[in-house]
Amino acid sequence: MIARLWSSERLRGWCLQGLLIAAVATVVGYFAVNTVGNLERRSIPFGLGFLSRPAGFDFPFHVLDWKVTDTYGRAVVVALANTVLVSVLAIATTTVLGLVLGIMRLSLNWLVRTTATLIVEFIKNTPQLIQIFFFYIAVLQALPQARESFQAAGMFLNIRGLFLPAPVMGDAAGLDALALLVAVALGSVLWRGRARVTGTARRALAAVAWLLPLGALVHAWATGMIAAWEWPELRGFNFRGGWVVRPELLALWIGLSVYTGVFIAEIVRSAINAIDRGQTEAARSLGLTRGQNMRLVILPQALRLIIPPLTSQYLNVIKSSSLGAAIAYPEVFLMIGGTTLNQTGQAIEAMAIVMSVFLSVNLVTSAGMNWYNRAVALKER
Amino acid sequence: MATVAPDLALRPSANMLGRAWRWMRVNLLGSPLNIVLTVAMLAVFWFTLAPLVRWAVIDATIAGDSKAGCTGAGACWTFIKVRFPMFFYGRYPVDERWRVDLAALLLAVFAVPAMLDKLRHRWIAVLALVAVYPVIAGILLRGGIIGLRSVETALWGGLMLNAVLTFLAVAGSLPFGILLALGRRSKFPVVRIFSICFIELWRGVPLLTALFMGMVMLPLFLPNGVTVDNLVRAAVALTLFTSAYMAEVVRGGLQAIPLGQFDGAKALGLGFWQMQALIVLPQALRIVVPNIVNTVIDLFKDTTLVVIVSLFDMLGVVNQSLKDSAWLGMAKEGYAFAALVFFVCCWSMSLYSRRLERRLGVEQPGRH
Repeated sequence: MIARLWSSERLRGWCLQGLLIAAVATVVGYFAVNTVGNLERRSIPFGLGFLSRPAGFDFPFHVLDWKVTDTYGRAVVVALANTVLVSVLAIATTTVLGLVLGIMRLSLNWLVRTTATLIVEFIKNTPQLIQIFFFYIAVLQALPQARESFQAAGMFLNIRGLFLPAPVMGDAAGLDALALLVAVALGSVLWRGRARVTGTARRALAAVAWLLPLGALVHAWATGMIAAWEWPELRGFNFRGGWVVRPELLALWIGLSVYTGVFIAEIVRSAINAIDRGQTEAARSLGLTRGQNMRLVILPQALRLIIPPLTSQYLNVIKSSSLGAAIAYPEVFLMIGGTTLNQTGQAIEAMAIVMSVFLSVNLVTSAGMNWYNRAVALKER
Repeated sequence: MATVAPDLALRPSANMLGRAWRWMRVNLLGSPLNIVLTVAMLAVFWFTLAPLVRWAVIDATIAGDSKAGCTGAGACWTFIKVRFPMFFYGRYPVDERWRVDLAALLLAVFAVPAMLDKLRHRWIAVLALVAVYPVIAGILLRGGIIGLRSVETALWGGLMLNAVLTFLAVAGSLPFGILLALGRRSKFPVVRIFSICFIELWRGVPLLTALFMGMVMLPLFLPNGVTVDNLVRAAVALTLFTSAYMAEVVRGGLQAIPLGQFDGAKALGLGFWQMQALIVLPQALRIVVPNIVNTVIDLFKDTTLVVIVSLFDMLGVVNQSLKDSAWLGMAKEGYAFAALVFFVCCWSMSLYSRRLERRLGVEQPGRH
């Protein structure tokens, strides 16, 4: 009887699944009971109520407004903005760096090729955290004091960071920016539309597509979109005015870009290598130059192979931005998983917030990249 | 993808000089653009590589045993020389360091047979590596029995700690990852959903969250008064995190197995576990060994993150040494040395992985 029941595959399946649920529930339950006991002993109330209490700590650096009296809830938002800032900056630079290194590795020139290979191999095989520490402590912390700054074209680099001139917006800046945006959007629509027509119409469309944004730019300049530049000036021991890129941001930005860049270089290289050589031969026999072949034939096809692995590299950048915690860059992990957790003792809530922030940022990014992937994917007709 | 002009490639070589000149014409001076690139690269080398060599070799100091001997013009390798044992053993007692050396030697002894793919009963070697070696190494390093002095794990540090954490996490995450990969392909929805949730959760968050959960949350989860060794906490966190990545690697291998293999196994009357253990996994794991090695490389590099939760791995030792008032301003030397050590380890592993990849490429199914 029992043997017969055991040999019934469906029954066995349900038993197995039931057992799994029971096992997981037991472990989770055991942890939950212990946690409740431990929290009671430390008299920490469970829940998200702490988010509306004033935080009392300061952000050494913030893009959004922040006062010491703001709440923990606000701190999550401000920290998220810092994470997003460094991620966006790093994703932009790492893409360019990866593309350049990837193409360098395929160069006909032996010196260029070998240099790129050595760079890629060295960066790929050393820990990212050591690289970030190197940039932060060995390079940026070793820079001179404000008085002996390196300077070029009104920009200053010293131990306190990189000081850049900041534009001062004119009265009509909002309107100008809007006009610019519309012109660029319209221009790109026309540029795409030019493929449908031939002859003079095509040339006219292309010209208008370029002239629109240019006109908007001239208009912005004429109406004084940027009224003036605010130059950083040395006052006492530090610079005042202009924009400052703090060394923590700079080190994390460089660290994320360089490390991910070499992985992107490998993706780019293998995607280009994966394109059939016949494509190049056909393009060359049509009279396309090497550059045209790369730009018009190889890269558009390689792009389709590049995007899915590129997406996961972008997600890596976002996740690795948490390494900023090691060099005191105030991002989500440091401010919520570190400072907030230590101050309130709300370990579970703080970690849950950190994890859900990373999961949702990653989700948004991969959704965006998937949309782009579908847009460039081969459309079979 | 260097394309060689046919007339140059086919002409027989006259002499060494002629060959060298031809090679230069193809690889360095092939076209106007190529010449410009060569000149530009030489200029870049002049401005970057030359100062680097001057700093690291020509102006560098290694003599003496204090900072006083260093000129300041170049690197002060004296710092590395004096601190050398610290970088590898951390605060492990000096008299007992032979135990670490012996454990490292034994690792080589156990690992080499497991890496030889010509060996007849290779699985025995692999089993010995993951089951017998950890016991021996554990007794050797921790001590406390058979006359060995007990050495607290709090004293473990340096590169040895990176190696121990990597080994523990690999030994744990490989079997767990295989189970997760099988679970993700299971026909039972509950098993599948659990596996997917576990894998995607860990793959979606930074490793740092896993380490923090191990450090901060684990004590909360356990009954009051139960404490877990810091090293074990970090190892558990690394294991859970790496399992998710291992699972995806193994799944890739499982997907490459033709369906006929499953049908064949079932036709022979094998049950699920027999089929997996005897037919599917031996083939699937063989394909993914290079990817497993790559995951191990990533893990080894990532063990440096334990410095953020206050364990003194190699990076931690470097950070601490830099704060020593007798050795201020040694950051470049310290990090460069640490990076170099990791590079040697990771690069040799990646060479092994690439060699396997090439061999697998030759022995693709259907080619014999």
